[in-house]
Amino acid sequence: MNIRRVFAMAFKETLQVWRDPRSLAIALLMPVMQMVMLGYGVSLDIKHVPLCVYDQENSQESRAIVERFTAPGWFSISQTLVSEADLRNAMDRGECSMAIVIPVDFSRTLATTGSAPIQAIFDATDVNTTNIALGYAQGTVAQANAQTSAQWKAAHGVHPSPVGQVDVEPSTWFNETLDSRNFIIPGVVAVILALVGAQLTSLTISREWERGTMEQLISTPVTALEVMLGKLMPYFLIGLLDAAFCLVSAVYWFDVPFRGSLGTLFVTTVLFLIVVLGIGYLISVRIRSQLGASQIALLVTMLPTTLLSGYTFPIEQMPAPIQAITLIVYPRYYVTILRAIFLKGSSLPDLWAPLLGLFIFALIIIWLATRAFHKRLD
Amino acid sequence: MSGNPIEVAVRVQGLSKNFGTVQAVRNVNFSVSPGDIFGLVGPDGAGKTTIMRMLAGVLSPDAGSIAVDGVDVSANPEQAKLRLSYMPQRFGLYEDLTVAENIFFYGELFSVPRTERIARSKELLEAAGLQAFRRRLAGQLSGGMKQKLGLICALIHTPQVLLLDEPTTGVDPVSRRDFWAILYDLRERGVAIVLSTAYMDEAERCTRLALLHTGEIRLCDTPARIKEAMPGTLLAISSAHPRFLREIIAGKPGVLGTLLMGDRIHVRVDDPARRIPELQILLADQGVGIADIVRAEPGIEDVFVALLGQGNKS
Ligand SMILES: Nc1ncnc2c1ncn2[C@@H]1O[C@H](COP(=O)(O)OP(=O)(O)OP(=O)(O)O)[C@@H](O)[C@H]1O
Ligand SMILES: [Mg+2]
Repeated sequence: MNIRRVFAMAFKETLQVWRDPRSLAIALLMPVMQMVMLGYGVSLDIKHVPLCVYDQENSQESRAIVERFTAPGWFSISQTLVSEADLRNAMDRGECSMAIVIPVDFSRTLATTGSAPIQAIFDATDVNTTNIALGYAQGTVAQANAQTSAQWKAAHGVHPSPVGQVDVEPSTWFNETLDSRNFIIPGVVAVILALVGAQLTSLTISREWERGTMEQLISTPVTALEVMLGKLMPYFLIGLLDAAFCLVSAVYWFDVPFRGSLGTLFVTTVLFLIVVLGIGYLISVRIRSQLGASQIALLVTMLPTTLLSGYTFPIEQMPAPIQAITLIVYPRYYVTILRAIFLKGSSLPDLWAPLLGLFIFALIIIWLATRAFHKRLD
Repeated sequence: MSGNPIEVAVRVQGLSKNFGTVQAVRNVNFSVSPGDIFGLVGPDGAGKTTIMRMLAGVLSPDAGSIAVDGVDVSANPEQAKLRLSYMPQRFGLYEDLTVAENIFFYGELFSVPRTERIARSKELLEAAGLQAFRRRLAGQLSGGMKQKLGLICALIHTPQVLLLDEPTTGVDPVSRRDFWAILYDLRERGVAIVLSTAYMDEAERCTRLALLHTGEIRLCDTPARIKEAMPGTLLAISSAHPRFLREIIAGKPGVLGTLLMGDRIHVRVDDPARRIPELQILLADQGVGIADIVRAEPGIEDVFVALLGQGNKS
């Protein structure tokens, strides 16, 4: 390998990106737009979820529980119900996304055992809203539990048993403010890098074919490997730049906590960039028109990243067969890693499992990419 | 550069290439010595570009072998490519890079030392009259300037073999003159040049020619000997109505072929002493009047038409 030729390719490619408004827009504008659109527009924080209350007891204690649900503004009461039939009707007509049922002996049970069940019913048609509403509800109940438990202990000297009625999902425990933005934004970084990386490199070889510059290029002694490395180098730097931008705007603009180390983030991001840039490059080698290549790149990055990476829909809540499919959806590993670095402050050893997944992907892509391009017209 | 003048720079043996059912190149053999300007001449679709691409190592032959400076192109493509430069028929440089950036890029791909690159590019830009355009984007150059830039990029390293596919098509006469001046200069330095052309005057400037038709070489020799190989004798008749004249003469006894040449026609006959008087009588009968019929030196085009048995269009 001749390093001078690699740098010559990189130099040429950089000039071309710099002078191509379309590439430049993808490299610099798209991350900003996506960050704003996905971080803001599709903010999954929900407010005023319509709530139906079927309070069979209507005591001071039961009203206090209802108050806990409505106070932060997450839920607002759309109907107060008086019968089981009402509840069913209200749900069927879509008048509430969630209903709480407080049993008639609520305050009595609470007073004697220190713990009392309430029922929450969700209209799961909108999975997303349900998930988030469920998270809010769990948080609300958890707070109530903590307080009740403390009061019980003060009065009786021991914790009530069983403690708490709520099983807090592991997928939300670290997101203690229950702010879905903290959960989503790290995933957005993965979406942006996958999108931008694969888009840019999908243009790189197809541009040479489309503009008729390939024939002369392959008549020179430059090797296929030198072409690949030289061409990917500028996009790699652009990818890192975009990642830095995402990090800064996540932390300083969206106030997402960043508890991990930059080193861990860097290593995993490099691995992910290798995968997405490689995928774009592989597409570019196959498809000889820029438009076709970029559309296929969009398809193979956008679909799995947004639907199956767990960035909006938690993988644990997908049906088992789909969960199995996500094992080959490379962005899921990076989404998992990013969330862990941002919110849990995980380091490389903690992340060995998703890192292994990403690493295997990177190896496969490198293996394919180094064999993909042939210096031939036919 | 190889010092041995009898050494062969390009050797092509039994070269064939098919595209589906189209036999684009059929069993082509030739060799080019250093200092030769070898011309591939033939009508559209004759297979010129296909041969050039195989020589350049960008298209694999179905059969046959190509050696560039003794290096087998199929077995050792990168070694062969170090020794040659190829200018494709379609402009192949980066239109969104400037003249200087294109030159730099190709210089780097051939690992030309910096000082040498600077000196050579200055020299070549001057010879091509492009010094003033160094900072202009290649896409904003005229057709002729683009072709000259292509040549500069091809010559920024020192190739032993230069492959040019219709390099002067669509180039104005002044630029063509610059272009050929550079080619003659390279020839003196012992570079072997293979070029394809559709211009017959350009074909005559080559040191050796291959007449190509439907993928086959019909004749391969120096331009002078190719002209000698033309069957019959060539007559030229000037007229205000050359087309009309051609219609009258074509197919008459002893007339082997006719060719329109602007305001003249070329008539190839078997026996000039007998046919000139006959033609004069014929033209007088047709009311054209006494025409001036003289013997003419055949050009490459005449030979071509004679061999392929077809007149020019129009
Ligand atoms: N990639 C290809 N696929 C299919 N057929 C091809 C291909 N390239 C060339 N051909 C066919 O091979 C034959 C020779 O083409 P080639 O381009 O070599 O001719 P040429 O002499 O360069 O013509 P021109 O003067 O038009 O450039 C033609 O019939 C052409 O249609
Ligand atoms: Mg051609």
